[in-house]
Amino acid sequence: MIKVTGLKKSFGDLEVLKGIDEHIKKGEKVVIIGPSGSGKSTFLRCLNLLEIPTEGEILIEGECITDPKTNVNKIREKMGMVFQQFNLFPHLSVKDNITLAPMKVKKVTKEQAEEKARELLEMVGLADKADAYPAQLSGGQQQRIAIARALAMEPDIMLFDEPTSALDPEMVGEVLQVMKNLADAGMTMVVVTHEMGFAREVGSRVLFMDGGYILEQGTPEEVFSNPQNDRTKEFLSKIL
Amino acid sequence: MNDFISRVMDTFVTEGRWEWFVSGLGYTMLITLFAVILGCIIGVLMALMRLSKSKILRAVSGVYIDVIRGTPTMVQLLIINFVILAPINVPAWIIGSVAFGINSGAYIAEIVRGGILSVNIGQTEAGRSLGMTSGQTMRHIIMPQAMKNILPALGNEFVVLIKETAVVGMISNIDLVGAARKVQGRTYDYLVPLLSIAAIYYVVIKIISLLLNKLEQGMRKADKR
Repeated sequence: MIKVTGLKKSFGDLEVLKGIDEHIKKGEKVVIIGPSGSGKSTFLRCLNLLEIPTEGEILIEGECITDPKTNVNKIREKMGMVFQQFNLFPHLSVKDNITLAPMKVKKVTKEQAEEKARELLEMVGLADKADAYPAQLSGGQQQRIAIARALAMEPDIMLFDEPTSALDPEMVGEVLQVMKNLADAGMTMVVVTHEMGFAREVGSRVLFMDGGYILEQGTPEEVFSNPQNDRTKEFLSKIL
Repeated sequence: MNDFISRVMDTFVTEGRWEWFVSGLGYTMLITLFAVILGCIIGVLMALMRLSKSKILRAVSGVYIDVIRGTPTMVQLLIINFVILAPINVPAWIIGSVAFGINSGAYIAEIVRGGILSVNIGQTEAGRSLGMTSGQTMRHIIMPQAMKNILPALGNEFVVLIKETAVVGMISNIDLVGAARKVQGRTYDYLVPLLSIAAIYYVVIKIISLLLNKLEQGMRKADKR
């Protein structure tokens, strides 16, 4: 579903990704962990071209997205993204946040888009907030809306960029629960996170990144209980 | 004292001259209004060009902004009146509106550009990640937020323009300054007509500033919803 070969990304002189090869299959829940500055967010952002790779090739459902001729917008329709800072549209109500893209991009009718929004709000447990504005909501609520907004485009893949890092501790659970439900429903997910509990429970595969490389990967069981790489051991000993 | 009262009477009452001031103020406001509308259209266009990926578009708007801001408004007005629009017969208020609109567009472009840049980059990323084009993202997500941020600066530009349009007197007598000059031509009195239009400008600008302040406060309150 996602096939990455020889992916490199530099910002000026700084090489953040130094060569990533990775194959993510349909239905997998891949959790990326690693110290800050290891390149995990950059890797995730390359997958939907929010960062343009310097080198390498990315295939999404067989389509080469690093080819300049590819219609980036079409690819992005298939991939929802959830950001650390939520990035809800502050000038629009919750309902309009969710219906905007389906109406403008997929040309769905207003009625259909709103019906879908209602379903999604129900799913994330915020059916009563349809007419609220983002500033009236807590961080956890905003992030759940952001997930609903991404799902409204009916993506095949969901990307999560540290979705709980900007939240107060007591709100982390509600967001993780929504993500867990999504995982149980069979969504293909790539999650950058510091929530090791979530990685262990929901991840089907864990990637450990440091210094622009994927240093180790395996099932959560393998990586957490029996890490092979010294950097992985060191990282895990600090956070577990 | 009697002398002063008779000068006031001569300025406003004789021949129904107060109507000159009313019509002059009307033209001043008309020119300002059209200039602001034209200025906003040009300003948004130039700001978008300035931020576009195309080198040519960036250069065109760069030169436009640079030249307009680097030459006096009065010279621009004279060039448009006596050179560019000279061959066709256009009413003075339209020439004034066009000249001040073109002038104001350069300043509004910089205001709008600042407003667009003030919107968090995460908003663009969120829009694009949902599959929206850069145009759709700009129109539905960035612009509404940018416009809200720059409304105070735009209001200020409107107030500045009301005063600037006094320069239109260089090409015609239709505006408020023109009314004072027509009176001077009849009465040879400078003091009363000039102080009168100064007072009129002041009051009009005061009222508009207060209205703009109210509007801004209202919008700030809406933010705290």
